[in-house]
Amino acid sequence: MVAAIARRLAGMLAVMFIVATMVFFLTRLAPGDPASLMLGDQATAADIAELRKTYGLDRPVAVQYVLWLKEIASGNLGQSIFLQRPVLQAIGERAEPTFFLALFSILIASLIGIPCGIASAVWRGRVADQTVSGSAMLAASIPSFWLGLLFIQFFAVRLGWFPVAGYGDPGADLAQRLRHLVLPAMVLGIVNSALITRFTRASMLDVLSEDFVRTARAKGLPESRIVLRHALGNALVPIITVVGLTAALLVGGAIVTETVFGLPGIGNLVVSAVLRRDYPVIQGALIVIAGIYVLINFTIDVIYTLVDPRVET
Amino acid sequence: MTQPAPLLAIENLAVTFRTEAGNVTPVRGVDLAVFAGRTTALVGESGSGKSVTALAVMGLLPRASGGISGGSVRYRLKSGETSDLAKLPPEGMRRLRGREIAMIFQEPMTSLNPVLSVGEQIAEQVRHHTGTGSAAAMRRAVEMLGLVEIPDAARRAADYPHQMSGGMRQRVMIALAMSCNPRLLIADEPTTALDVTIQAQILALVDRLRREHDMGVLFITHNLGVVAEIADDVTVMYAGEAVEAAEVRTMFRDPRHPYTRALIDCLPARARTGADGRRVVSSIPGSVGAAAAAGGCKFAPRCSHAAPPCHAAHPILEPSDGGHMIRCFRWRDL
Amino acid sequence: MDPAAAKLFLDRLFRRKLVLFGAVVLLVIVIAAIAAPLIAPYSPTGMRVTQRLRPPSATNWFGTDEFGRDVLSRIIYGGRASLGIGMAVVLASMLAGTTLGLLAGYFRALDTVIMRIVDAMMSLPDILLAIFLVAVLGASAGNVVLALAIVYTPRVTRVVRGSTLVVRELPFVEAARLLGVSTPRILTVHILLNVASPILVQATFIFAYAVLAEAGLSFLGAGVPPDVPTWGTMIASGQQYADRAFWVVFFPGLAIVLAALSLQLVGDGLRDMLDPKLRKAL
Repeated sequence: MVAAIARRLAGMLAVMFIVATMVFFLTRLAPGDPASLMLGDQATAADIAELRKTYGLDRPVAVQYVLWLKEIASGNLGQSIFLQRPVLQAIGERAEPTFFLALFSILIASLIGIPCGIASAVWRGRVADQTVSGSAMLAASIPSFWLGLLFIQFFAVRLGWFPVAGYGDPGADLAQRLRHLVLPAMVLGIVNSALITRFTRASMLDVLSEDFVRTARAKGLPESRIVLRHALGNALVPIITVVGLTAALLVGGAIVTETVFGLPGIGNLVVSAVLRRDYPVIQGALIVIAGIYVLINFTIDVIYTLVDPRVET
Repeated sequence: MTQPAPLLAIENLAVTFRTEAGNVTPVRGVDLAVFAGRTTALVGESGSGKSVTALAVMGLLPRASGGISGGSVRYRLKSGETSDLAKLPPEGMRRLRGREIAMIFQEPMTSLNPVLSVGEQIAEQVRHHTGTGSAAAMRRAVEMLGLVEIPDAARRAADYPHQMSGGMRQRVMIALAMSCNPRLLIADEPTTALDVTIQAQILALVDRLRREHDMGVLFITHNLGVVAEIADDVTVMYAGEAVEAAEVRTMFRDPRHPYTRALIDCLPARARTGADGRRVVSSIPGSVGAAAAAGGCKFAPRCSHAAPPCHAAHPILEPSDGGHMIRCFRWRDL
Repeated sequence: MDPAAAKLFLDRLFRRKLVLFGAVVLLVIVIAAIAAPLIAPYSPTGMRVTQRLRPPSATNWFGTDEFGRDVLSRIIYGGRASLGIGMAVVLASMLAGTTLGLLAGYFRALDTVIMRIVDAMMSLPDILLAIFLVAVLGASAGNVVLALAIVYTPRVTRVVRGSTLVVRELPFVEAARLLGVSTPRILTVHILLNVASPILVQATFIFAYAVLAEAGLSFLGAGVPPDVPTWGTMIASGQQYADRAFWVVFFPGLAIVLAALSLQLVGDGLRDMLDPKLRKAL
């Protein structure tokens, strides 16, 4: 058990190391000198040299790389050029809307996807299955920003049920702020439900053909109990995985939706950073988001051991 | 016939599956009876339709693609009334399963739910059929595990299937089947996947439970040795049909259908001593899949006694003396 | 024919019908893009100040945009860029992913390294990785292709590696090796032929994702320059007029949905035909 967790932790660190390395060297690919990019067109040669020195850009790339790894390992993601504050702080300030958006979106996606996937598997090949499978494919074909624009037009502009954009006043109470998340969460919930539906269907179909489901039928249990307790209980592990990983990907993957709805979240921060070439922010955000994904992945593995008694190693 | 009315009487059962290639009928003429307190063995090669027959009785055929397409499955209820299971709606069938009719399967390794403790899997059925509380149901589960001779039952009840051996799991399956005092137990090759020593123990266990609970047992097997050991009555199946039925002693002493005779000749105990002094186990040429002429006897292509009429017409299952039934034109000549 | 068999037949026909629908829609979209100059009723760049933001009508079926350009014509031309980029992404990621997957699946030593990198790349959301890559490479159609190809390569690598691991254990590969067929030949001929169908299925899905991702990038202003008409840039530039003229946003989006949906339907149909075992996984 401990050895298995240690092994997973080592794998986690390896992935993070590769992400950090990738981010570092890819950033060096960017055309132009970072210092002159940071300072803009009006900078003098002296200014640029000064900045190169403060950011260590005058040292060899290998040295920069080692220094950068050290900084990350100590939890320092650097300083935002444009925002004039530590990257981690900038990300922290933007975390709330992104966190709640990811949470609500995955809830909606699961509430749609899991029941639809179950129904689709139970009535495999019937009209219900065809409808669900077709709808899932349709949902996976919708660009989230487009659906967002349509929702804004209809529910916010036309009907006036929800705010058009933004996240409200920072001083307003939480409920007031969360109202701004209803429409974006619906958009992301619908779009991401497709994957959860397909996964639920596939894993339920796998389990429903197992011998122990036949045993449960032989016991004379009602079909609902067979499906929900015996089959779903065994399909839960892959379903938890896909729900968890989708949630993790939503933290950084809601960029487009955050932009459409003008939500000041992490995705929005990344887009602004890209447009302003604020590389420390982009790099920092990538590290944080990959870290969240890896951490959730790790948590899921731990949950496995709780849900599935067979996993003991 | 001196026997009382049977607990289960299957007549001319047919089962049809819809496949992409059209309809197939793996079972098309099964007659058999199971009596209270007795074991009927259903014998045949793989693919002869034994398991499909069992699943049909249980109402466990895959509903989307298959079902009973003919005949009757009359079952004598606890109340004494007789009900045709072939015509029972799914809901009515479900009420009988686990309570009146229980089943154990061939694959003990995969037949139990891996994420529930074995005690809970038994208790769940008890709660469902008797409405007892969870504590009482769990006590019953432990009692059943003891009944099937699982040592330290109270502790093992909390175990998950993967913590048990195959033989142990089959005992759990039997405990599960017995937990609501069923009157009919269907055992579908329950010992095939087990070691020989464990096989004998499981057979003895099923036999003891039958005697103690006056239960009817439909025992499906391809192994005539097992039949000799456990059965009171035997029905032999070939290619989806019952071809011979008799009491077990009659069947072994006086087999009349050529297929049954061939099967018994295949037993290692009946091996002849060949010219070179070695013992030769005989076998039946061909396989169940061997195509029979449309409308002819199914076994004719593999039968060493087949005559022209055998390929032209299909024999019916006809009674001989003492409840012996044979589906063959030529049994009188052989 | 008895009712049960008839129902089964209808079910299958229904399934095929959806696939057929997807194939026809896809074909129409592709032909329209290729033959844009012949089909488009107007020039995609022809501005008419007097005709700004006109609603759909007999002359402009999908209305006009903020510069008086015909939306339908722009969608037809936009398909060239959107589908062209998608196609290029598919080809590039197939090539790279297949190579890496074969190497990882066949050479133990490379497996760990390649799969760790794949894991690392898949720990980032597609769109985030894409926007980062476009940011460092610079926003242009070519770099969008490169960025998305990098994003989708790990998916192909995984599929190919998985199939390779299975195929390499099959007796005929072993036999070929014993007969002295050289390793590169074993790789290319035997394994590639056997993993071709999962790759093909994967290709259609990546095509769909790439069309969606390109639109997202362009919408964010981190993709194709706004003066090139793609479905994404059309929605991006039209969004500020969405309250007055929904059609400038609605129709380009509909084109994306139809393209992505038809690609996925075709991919699903291919999977059914090529590998019935995968059918239930949808």
